[in-house]
Amino acid sequence: MAGMRDIKRKIKSVKNTQKITKAMKMVSAAKMRKAQDAMAAARPYAYNIRNVVNNIGARVSEEVHPFLQKKEEVNNIGLVVITSDRGLCGGFNANIIKKVLAFVRENPSKKIKFYFVGRKGYDFFRKREYEILKKYITFGGKVRYDDAIEIGKAVGDDFVNGVVDEVYTIYNEFKSVAYQVPKVEKLLPLSLEETESENTIDYLYEPSPESLIKEILPRYLNFSIFSAILESIAGEHGARMAAMDNATRNAGELIKKLEITYNKARQAAITKEILDIVNGAEALK
Amino acid sequence: MAEKLKLELVSPERQLLSIEVDEVVAPGVEGDFGVLPGHTPFLTALRVGELVYKQNGVEDYVAIDRGFFEVVDDRVTVLAESAELGREIDLEEAIRRKLEAEKALEAARHEDEMKFRKVEAELRRELLRVSVAERYRK
Repeated sequence: MAGMRDIKRKIKSVKNTQKITKAMKMVSAAKMRKAQDAMAAARPYAYNIRNVVNNIGARVSEEVHPFLQKKEEVNNIGLVVITSDRGLCGGFNANIIKKVLAFVRENPSKKIKFYFVGRKGYDFFRKREYEILKKYITFGGKVRYDDAIEIGKAVGDDFVNGVVDEVYTIYNEFKSVAYQVPKVEKLLPLSLEETESENTIDYLYEPSPESLIKEILPRYLNFSIFSAILESIAGEHGARMAAMDNATRNAGELIKKLEITYNKARQAAITKEILDIVNGAEALK
Repeated sequence: MAEKLKLELVSPERQLLSIEVDEVVAPGVEGDFGVLPGHTPFLTALRVGELVYKQNGVEDYVAIDRGFFEVVDDRVTVLAESAELGREIDLEEAIRRKLEAEKALEAARHEDEMKFRKVEAELRRELLRVSVAERYRK
């Protein structure tokens, strides 16, 4: 049996770890609430821009904007992989990486080029033989819309210039606080929903619908990326909160076990001492 | 005049306004325009500029950085790339940023044209913020 002092030291160290995980859980909970607020704040814009895009889209042909044109032959696929910058959030990033690898396996004949948002995905794939076009790892935790614009521009330019023929994004969809699902979403070419004829309103356009759609489609792309990143960030904090909650609980269990061992050791020592005294007294008789 | 316009102003980062107003004047790419209740369905792009809305005779101002403007059935939806309510802009801070942008423009004058235009657009936005903020300084 380990010495009492060793056990005591161990208990202290586990208790310290537990304090840290508890604090991290609290911090994540607060950050997640903020991220959820940001998601909620983006929702009205999402709803409205989709309406407008579909509305104009219904009256222009696909040739108007390159974002709408399907390439005849798809050889190069761009993949925007959204992960977190930091670890300690359970299977959050591992799930994304798994999904990416599955995606690569499903498209063996195509060349896949990567854009990484978040350090964890980049760290995993840079050591392997993959073509990386861009990486964005600076905004740890806080996204501004400008960041999404930058990514959207890079992706859009590559698509128009034929560097990639299709663009997908893989990110963690925020289902609930403790539940995130890796999701693959097609970004380009954009596919517009078919609006039913009764819903199309006869707008007065200024300037023409053709030039309006040129303005709005890049924004729509930027916003799609922005909302994917927002979901991912909320998910990251949710996942970290769950992971840290687990860690705190496990530490608690470990402390309980160690305390039992410690008490047993203490009792054994006392028993041994009593025996020694009794035996000594016995021998003196 | 019982009829009102429902004005909704949203940016990707948040919803700024969702109110009933009497009149909206917005900076369209092809010139400023006003919208009153009963307007025909209308869709246009906005440039960097000042959006004005009138509510019970009181005018309020918003700094808009490009976006889209839609009117249907007396509902006005403004999708701004970014927007700031005039009463929320801090005038001192806006002036400071404007001066910074002016300096940056001076510095960029000697560099390539792309950069110059970018900084110029930046300055235009800062100028707008200042002018919108000044409206609230009586």
